Amino acid sequence: MAPQMAQLGALTDEVLLDRLQRAAFDYFVQNVNPRNGLVADTSRDNSPVSIAVVGFALSSYPVAVKRGWMERAEAVRRSLAALRFFRDSDQSGSPTATGFKGFYYHFLDIRTGARVWQSELSMIDTALLIAGVLTASLYFTADTPDEAELRELADVLYRRIDWCWAQGDGGTIKQGWKPEGGFLHYGWEGYSEAIVLYVLALGSPTHPIQGDCYTAWTATYQWENLYDHDYLYAGPLFVHQFSHAWIDLRGIRDSFMREKGFDYFENSRSAVAIQRRYTQLNPHEFAGYDENGWGLSAGDGPTDEQLDVCNEERRLFGYAARGVPYGPDDGTLSPPAVLASLPFAPESVLEAMRNLLLRYPQIIADDRLCSGFNPGVGASDEQPWVSAGHYGLDQGIVLMMIENHRSEFIWQLTRGCRYLSEGLRRAGFEGGWLWQGPAEGTR
Amino acid sequence: MSPFDATVTTPKDAYEDKRLADVHPQAWANPTPADRYALIIVGAGSAGIAAAELAIAMGVKVAMSERHLIGGTCLNTGCVPSKALIRTARLYAEMRDGARYGAKVPGNIEVDFAAVMERVRRIRCHLSGRSSVRRLAALGVDVFFGNVRFAGPDTLLVNEQKLHFAKAMIATGTRPHVPSIPGLREAGFLTNANVFNLTELPRRLLVIGGGPVGCELAQAFRHLGANVTIVQDKPLFLEREERDAAQILSDAFARDGLEVRLNTQVTGVRVENGRKLVDLVSADYRSTIQVDAILTGVGRVPNVQGLDLEAAGVNYDAVKGIAVDDFLCTSNPRIYAAGDVCLEEQYTDTAAASARIVVHNALMRGRKRFSKLVIPWCTYTDPEISHVGMYVREANRQGIPVKTFTVPMHQVDRAVTDSEEIGFVKIHIRDGTDTILGATIVARHAGEMINEITLAMVAGIGLRTLAKVIHAYPTQAEAIREAAKAYVRTRVTQRLRARLQRWLAR
Repeated sequence: MAPQMAQLGALTDEVLLDRLQRAAFDYFVQNVNPRNGLVADTSRDNSPVSIAVVGFALSSYPVAVKRGWMERAEAVRRSLAALRFFRDSDQSGSPTATGFKGFYYHFLDIRTGARVWQSELSMIDTALLIAGVLTASLYFTADTPDEAELRELADVLYRRIDWCWAQGDGGTIKQGWKPEGGFLHYGWEGYSEAIVLYVLALGSPTHPIQGDCYTAWTATYQWENLYDHDYLYAGPLFVHQFSHAWIDLRGIRDSFMREKGFDYFENSRSAVAIQRRYTQLNPHEFAGYDENGWGLSAGDGPTDEQLDVCNEERRLFGYAARGVPYGPDDGTLSPPAVLASLPFAPESVLEAMRNLLLRYPQIIADDRLCSGFNPGVGASDEQPWVSAGHYGLDQGIVLMMIENHRSEFIWQLTRGCRYLSEGLRRAGFEGGWLWQGPAEGTR
Repeated sequence: MSPFDATVTTPKDAYEDKRLADVHPQAWANPTPADRYALIIVGAGSAGIAAAELAIAMGVKVAMSERHLIGGTCLNTGCVPSKALIRTARLYAEMRDGARYGAKVPGNIEVDFAAVMERVRRIRCHLSGRSSVRRLAALGVDVFFGNVRFAGPDTLLVNEQKLHFAKAMIATGTRPHVPSIPGLREAGFLTNANVFNLTELPRRLLVIGGGPVGCELAQAFRHLGANVTIVQDKPLFLEREERDAAQILSDAFARDGLEVRLNTQVTGVRVENGRKLVDLVSADYRSTIQVDAILTGVGRVPNVQGLDLEAAGVNYDAVKGIAVDDFLCTSNPRIYAAGDVCLEEQYTDTAAASARIVVHNALMRGRKRFSKLVIPWCTYTDPEISHVGMYVREANRQGIPVKTFTVPMHQVDRAVTDSEEIGFVKIHIRDGTDTILGATIVARHAGEMINEITLAMVAGIGLRTLAKVIHAYPTQAEAIREAAKAYVRTRVTQRLRARLQRWLAR
């Protein structure tokens, strides 16, 4: 057994989570360009910036300050660097700009901030970025010039996003836009991580989408009974997590959930139960699948082209959004997706995490979880294939969900955001904390 | 290898001779017309034959005209030959997949394509007997071959010979829609009309269009050994179907080694030094592939031209076909339409069912409505994708609360023993009741399985009753009962829990 795991296994839940969360935070310290605050998508060489990862980084600094992992001034400095960069960035929408209409391209050069990989202007990733921007502005409320500037910039960046434009001529928000070909010609269909996108787009005081846009999206939902669990279907786990990182969806309901007598938080709990049942049934007979070996989600995985993979028959999907029960499923699991389910099903998650760490100590390095592993295609039974390096999205969601589980800190912060609560109301959400009126110090 | 010959004509063999003798004999002499027919049927495809049979059974004098072949698309260039082809394709796929079943994979699996196509022709010829002109004539139908056009509200001309009718039914069907791609016509292409005449397998085949026909044929040719690229301008195949069904099909295509190009358009076809080059564009990514044959025209357009419909006062649209009301009557109260020429649902059985509605409504002053039909359909890929009734998005749009009971095939013993666990049964019900709104099945034999749900819907049987129906064990159709049982469990637990709590509280 790896010595590292022997140590982790002996820790109490609280200490174990603290170690994992701290290590997740260090990803942002180690992979940032301090000059512009941009953070790399992965820890691999020459990785570009993912704007969503910057959103996670901005959300992580308040946590780090609160937990004593970073000086407040340093956190403000890093946050301000990013916000100033985005304010000053090229918004012309040209093929090498940074953004357009207040949105940003998905992947940017970490040095210059220019678009790379011909990536799309991404609505959802801009939403995750701006959720982080607002989170920072909700925490750094001191009456200092830096923190005042931070709050002002956050407002500017949010207000200039033209959400209405992103509807194109269709009902739902478009998934992306490219200078070469205009809008990608598909919208959001089916339940997904897009609640935070719709809520931000509805809450905008400057360019909001129309209310029926949200209804048009929820009209594509599928309410299903699977393995004796009722739930709003979505295959990959991350879908059941991302919006929850920023928004406390416990006890508040939109019209869809009111009709079903359910809420999105309970729904994510069902999603965990369904994942556990699926891996227990293990239809494709993959190694390592059982009630504690689950976690099908978006993440890195082996590909057919890799030479060190001794596998012939099965198709491997590389980086993909794996899902339950329809696949794709190539035997790859995402440990961060398990850990990020912590607020929904703490017992199941902790049991699975301890189990996975014991069976596959290779999935963790420096207390940080790999993006994916596949016990069926490794060098041997005890040596699973393990994704190299780390992914910023994984570390971000792990950090935030551990925090929400431990202290509800992010949720408490964002409850005070009037843009978010206004967006939720316009989407038809009612009840729970939304009825308790604006929290003290609401901005 | 000699270059692929894309100028495909029907092979002359005994099977083809017999089929043509059945469905359009050279020596046929049109009968002397009666003074007036109670019903004239224009088009002798599935709808036309169904209408003729029913009208004759009612004792009515019937005439039928056909421009081309009796039996229409289904028999000659559609369902029948394609299903025969798909069966052999599946067999080859299974041979290669033998190891999965613990079977020894034959050392050298070589596809004898000419033999495959000979079997297709043999089966098509075997089944053409049912549509033979002699059988129809023996039933008492006056069959006229030739060009048809209307000369007035109650008059037809067949090869300039006048026929008078009390009622007429137009069932002229559809033909392949060939997209206007620069260079395509010059380069030559296949459609469903001639693809079944092939005797040599195109080594590299491009299929344009990811609807049911395109998907079925693309996969079948892949299984038969062709390198197939399928181009679809949408983000998924089978646009009409549920996302999960279409996604499973995409995964199956990738597994089979089809080159899948979604969100992609064909911008042009060029022939350079005898090589057929196809230019593709996806968003901003341009590429060129070289192929030996192109299959297109998998979309359909209605056959409304040349009929002089204006002379009969029949309204139509070049794309949507003949306009009919829910009773299948056209803008001329004497004239009805049936089948693909007027329907969005273009399936053989639906065509026949619509034709029977026409006979009732036209001859017996019936008031049968087309919208009352419960119409199932199936795309015969592997796995098959079948559907009946409403989709969830339709229910949501209409404000009907809908809940889906899903049973993945991996929960069904017989699917597991047969290594056919890919797919699912989804039954959509009106939430709060056990009323079935619709269903989608993705499974190896989804087409066989959907019929049980169609029966339940037509007979007004809900999930509560379906749960009581013992299914032979082990069969894949048990998935349907499992969905019904899951429904019952959701009801029982609520009631039982309440009763138990009352009892415990005593």
